[in-house]
Amino acid sequence: MTAEIRDIAIFTTVAAIAATALMLVPGVAVAWLLARRDFRGKSLVETLVSLPLVMPPVATGLLLLWLFSRRGPLGAMLARLGIEVVFTPAAVVLAMAVMGLPLLVRTARAGFEQVTRRYEQIAETLGAGPWRVFSTVTLPLAARNILAGAVLGFSRALGEFGATIVVAGSIPGRTRTLAVGIYSFTESGQDEQAAVLLAISVVIAFAAVLASNRLAREA
Amino acid sequence: MAAFDVDFTLEQGEFTLAFHVHVDARALALFGPSGSGKTSALEAVAGLRTPRRGRIAVNGHVLVDTEAHVNIPVRHRRTGYVPQDILLFPHLNVRDNVAYGRRAGNRPDLAMLVDLLELEPLMNRRVGSLSGGERQRVAMARALYSGPDVLLLDEPLAAVDLPRRRRIVDALLGIRDQLGVPLIYVTHLPEEALAVADWAVLIDNGRIVAEGPPKQTFESNVQRRM
Repeated sequence: MTAEIRDIAIFTTVAAIAATALMLVPGVAVAWLLARRDFRGKSLVETLVSLPLVMPPVATGLLLLWLFSRRGPLGAMLARLGIEVVFTPAAVVLAMAVMGLPLLVRTARAGFEQVTRRYEQIAETLGAGPWRVFSTVTLPLAARNILAGAVLGFSRALGEFGATIVVAGSIPGRTRTLAVGIYSFTESGQDEQAAVLLAISVVIAFAAVLASNRLAREA
Repeated sequence: MAAFDVDFTLEQGEFTLAFHVHVDARALALFGPSGSGKTSALEAVAGLRTPRRGRIAVNGHVLVDTEAHVNIPVRHRRTGYVPQDILLFPHLNVRDNVAYGRRAGNRPDLAMLVDLLELEPLMNRRVGSLSGGERQRVAMARALYSGPDVLLLDEPLAAVDLPRRRRIVDALLGIRDQLGVPLIYVTHLPEEALAVADWAVLIDNGRIVAEGPPKQTFESNVQRRM
């Protein structure tokens, strides 16, 4: 395995882990809100969160490109702080997180819905406030599903292609991931490198599915 | 001895529960067939159901007063609640279940509770491995350790094998007399009501049909039904 291939594998894994960490807190928060609260605009939030699942990933990437380019609404704000996103490794993480989020939210939401409210009520009768109820009862009882959702989100992040290539490109040594690398190498006739990346992808995906199945069995 | 000052109306769909009891008692038994509204009455005291109108006070602590717009949140009520399905936290062991309540103020000593409810050999067990009677005792300890002004129990003997019921009854008597925590408990077994309660309230179809000292109340109720 060449150094380039090795770096692509490491970068992709690290970026997917970072994306999973990035989506975890907002993902769990949104999942809890959808499972436990009624509020105005709930169906809008539901739709927005699921959108990356049904939209062509390339379209999601284009949307991110608009939002985060230096003239885009979010990109302009970040630019003032000296942060640039588009065509940087940060864009890879962003694209992965946005594409993985729906899977995390759906799985975690199902987990919260399975937690009997009566456990939460009992905690309240014992004097626990809302945060203590959430952190000591709701969250631990939904933990398996949240973990399974995080594994799913991580797997989705590993394979992310469409949104990544639009918003981060395929810059060797900077934004090139496994999926994007397979495409780029094939495009330029470097079939051998593409095949090695393919093999690595299969191994990582295999491990992720195995881990997620084991979690589901133990849940 | 606690002053129960309870008078409320609760609606659940088609069903209306009209409940009014004003009595000084150590243990109040709510007795009646299933579906009569006993559990709803208990949950109204705990704050898990909100009466349409009325007032609930225990020992002068007002929990609900719809006219005065008072509705104390569940976590501030100091009403220990052991539901019929017990609901020990499945992800915590016995010790952590019992120690869950952390309310400041007056509450019994843990060692004393462990002793009273004979929990010592159970403390490190997982709750999934407990028998019905053990679960009941752990749930009572959990509720008591949070320092309640009143302990609410829903069918405390229902999940317990007959030979082990005596132990739970003894525990209830210990809570009532040694700890001095007043009880309200729901039951459909007259023997259970007779063993622990000093005031019995008979409910049928959302209405109180009789109340009084347990023995007399049951005898007159039997006559009434014949």
